Amino acid sequence: MTILQIAALAAVAVGGGAVVAARDPLRQTLVLSIYGMALTMLFFVFQAPDVALSEIVVSTVGLPVMILLALRKVHQHQRQRERDRTQDES
Amino acid sequence: MVLFGVAAVGFGVVLVYGLSGLPAFGHYHGVYGKVINGIGVTERHATDLVTALNFDIRGFDTLGEEFILFGSVLGVVLILRQMRGEHDRPRQHEADEHTFAGASEALRALSLAVIPAILAIGIYIVVHGQLTPGGGFQGGVILAAGPLVVFLAGRYLRMRIVAPHTLVEIGEAAGALGYALVGLSGLVLAGVFFKNFLPLGIAGHLLSGGQMDLASAAVGLEVSGAFLVAFGEFLDQAMVVSGSPRS
Repeated sequence: MTILQIAALAAVAVGGGAVVAARDPLRQTLVLSIYGMALTMLFFVFQAPDVALSEIVVSTVGLPVMILLALRKVHQHQRQRERDRTQDES
Repeated sequence: MVLFGVAAVGFGVVLVYGLSGLPAFGHYHGVYGKVINGIGVTERHATDLVTALNFDIRGFDTLGEEFILFGSVLGVVLILRQMRGEHDRPRQHEADEHTFAGASEALRALSLAVIPAILAIGIYIVVHGQLTPGGGFQGGVILAAGPLVVFLAGRYLRMRIVAPHTLVEIGEAAGALGYALVGLSGLVLAGVFFKNFLPLGIAGHLLSGGQMDLASAAVGLEVSGAFLVAFGEFLDQAMVVSGSPRS
């Protein structure tokens, strides 16, 4: 095992922990995309460039975008509900 | 906490026991992999054996994977379009450019510069699948990232112009159909489903590997279409101000 491979493994281990440790969903999504980058490096240094190529787009762009859009939708719903409540009270 | 402790210790014991039985790092024992490594270049004239495996030797499996993606995107579309009632439709125009007016000039200029590069890399990876790492799936997701950058530049409606619903849906379906047709051509022209039916060419040249180029292009079209359909649905959900939540 080379130093690069050990470094990539360490980055993935730290990154996975960081994703769990970040509690705010918005921050968590961004940490997740950095974690995806670490995974890409891991695949690359372990000689799986085909997997690394798909991983780089899916996990650093695709997945975070979908989560961010879902978060936005959830916020919209919450705001809508609050507005309805204030209208009912008045 | 006691339960967690017991579970953690038990898991640790099983994990260490399992890991101790693994072959040492770098010692691969699979026969199939060695066979593929041996015959890939001579029998299939492809220098990237992962692509040779996906689009030729094991092409039927890829057909299944293709339709897993197709089916899951179809599911996303079915669920989200039903959630979005008809009354939401007209309000989409309100959620236009001003929603994302926050995108700065620098971000827009940078996105504009990046889009051609993304498209070029995507197409390169699709057509060089049999030569270098990459292929239909990898190139497809990279291509799908292009229109997404248009969105990043703060142009939701522009993205809809670049990648309209109907076009990406047709692209996805055409890609899936095209891949199935590659298999059927093998059945008709060579006698076996997914048997390589095109001349293999010279190993290392762009037009080598026979059907791999065709299969790779079909998968690239299907994957980029699938991702764009899914992104489009999610974007519509997030952008459209929903009507009365009680309806």
